[in-house]
Amino acid sequence: MFNKIQRFIVADILKNRIVLAYTLLLGVLAWSVFSLEDDSHKGVLTLLNIVLLTTPLVSIIFTTIYLYNSSEFIELLLSQPIRRARIWTGLFFGLFFSLALAFIVGAGVPILLFVTGAKAIILLVMGILITAVFVALGFLCAIISRDKARGIGIAILLWLFFSLLFDGLVLFLLFQLSDYPIEKAMVGVSALNPIDLARIFIILQLDVSAMLGYTGAIFKDFFGTGLGAAIGFGLLCLWVLVPYLVSLRMFVRKDL
Amino acid sequence: MIEIQHLSKRFGKFQVLRDVSLSCAPGQCIALIGPNGCGKTTLIKSILGMVLPTSGSIEFKGKDIAKDYHYRHQIGYMPQKGRYPDNMTIGQVIEMIKDIRGSKEALDEQLIDEFGLHDILEKRMRTLSGGTTQKVSASLAFLFNPDVLILDEPTAGLDPLAAEILKDKIVSEHQKGKLVFITSHLLSELDDLVTHVVMMQEGEIRFHMPTDALKASTNTSSLAKAITHVLKQDHVQ
Repeated sequence: MFNKIQRFIVADILKNRIVLAYTLLLGVLAWSVFSLEDDSHKGVLTLLNIVLLTTPLVSIIFTTIYLYNSSEFIELLLSQPIRRARIWTGLFFGLFFSLALAFIVGAGVPILLFVTGAKAIILLVMGILITAVFVALGFLCAIISRDKARGIGIAILLWLFFSLLFDGLVLFLLFQLSDYPIEKAMVGVSALNPIDLARIFIILQLDVSAMLGYTGAIFKDFFGTGLGAAIGFGLLCLWVLVPYLVSLRMFVRKDL
Repeated sequence: MIEIQHLSKRFGKFQVLRDVSLSCAPGQCIALIGPNGCGKTTLIKSILGMVLPTSGSIEFKGKDIAKDYHYRHQIGYMPQKGRYPDNMTIGQVIEMIKDIRGSKEALDEQLIDEFGLHDILEKRMRTLSGGTTQKVSASLAFLFNPDVLILDEPTAGLDPLAAEILKDKIVSEHQKGKLVFITSHLLSELDDLVTHVVMMQEGEIRFHMPTDALKASTNTSSLAKAITHVLKQDHVQ
C-alpha cells in the first residue's frame, strides 16, 4: 500500500514554489551548459560542479525548513492511530521523492539527451543519492534542535562543511603531510564526505582522473574496480541510512 | 477502561507528573481540574501517547499503550489549541483524517452539520479564527464515533451558541455510555456534564471522586462551590 502520508506530502511539496524554482534553475543551468559546450565531457564536468553545489544546499535547507513548518501536521497525525515511525518514514520518502523528482526533471532530462552511455546514468544516480543523503541530514538537523533558527543554522553549517570546509581541510592535510605516502589514506578520508564520494565516482567515469595526479591513480585503482565502486556506493547509502535512522530513533522517543 | 499506574513524567528539571494513578470506567464523564501548569495537559498527552512517561504505565482496555498504537482508533481527541497545516482547507483536513483513519463504520457528521462547516469547506486553515479552528477540532474528535472522548478546554474560544451545541453533543455521547474526559476552568459549565471530578495539584492527584459525593461531603449544591470549599479548607490548614 502506498503510504497515505507520503501522498499528502508529495502533493503538498510539488505545489511548493521553491521546489518549482529549484527544478527550473537546474533545467536552465543544465540546458545552457550543454548548449554552450560542444564537448559533452566538459559539459558533464561543469554540470557536476553545479549539481554538487546546489543539490545538497537545496535538499538540506528545504528539508529542515519543511520539517519545522510541518510541526502542526506532525502533531495532528500523532493523535491519530498511526505508528510514529510511519509518520517519520512518510515524511522522509515524501520529501525525497519530490526533491529527487525535481532533480530528474530539471537536470536528468538534459543529461539523458546530451550525454551518452554509463556516464549519464552515473551522473543521474549520484544526483539522486546526494539528494537522499542531504534530505537525511536535514532530518537530523530538524530533530536535534527544537529551535527553528538553530536547526536551520546547523543545516547551513553542515552544507558549508561538506561543500567547502572539508576540501580545505583535506588540502591543508595534503600540504602538511606531503612528505609522507598518504595517497592511500586519502581514499579513506574521501569516504567521510558524501559530496567527494559522488565527485570521485563521476570523474572516474570521465577518464580525466589523470588530472588528479598520483592520488587520482590510487582512486582509479580503488574506485575503478568493481569492488571499490560497490564499496563507494555502499558508503553513500550509509550516508543516507545512518543520519536517517538516528533521527528516526530520536523522533520515536520525543515528547510532543 | 483506562488504567494509569504510578505515572511520572519529568521534563528536564521539572517534575510534571508525580506518581499519578487513575482508573476510569466507561459511562463516566470526568472533569480534570486544577490550576495552570498542574500537569493536566501532560496527563492527557500521555494517554494519547504524545508524551512518553518517565516511569509508570497506562493500560487501555487491558493493553499497555506503549506497545500498540491501535487503541487510538477508539479515542477522539480535541486539543486545547488545534494546530493544522496552514495551506490545507477545512475540507482537505477532514478528508485526510478520514483517509488516515480508514474507518469503515458510519461517520458521525452531526457537529460538522450543526457548526455549519459545510459552507466553509474551501477556507484555508490559516485564515480561520480561533473559534472556527476549535469547531474543526471538535468535529474531528466526534467524527469517528470513538469510545473515549478527550476534550482539552473544549468550549474555550467558542461562541455561546457553538458552546451550547458542543455541550449537548457531549451529553448525548456520554448517555450512550462513552467515557468522556474534560478539562476546563469554567466550573459552572461542567456542573451539568460531569459525573466524576479529578483534581490535580502540582503533578499529583489531590482527589478523584463522584460529583455527588463531593457535593455531599462539602455540603454544597454546585461543583464550583464544592471546589472553592475544598480550596478554602486547604488555605485554613
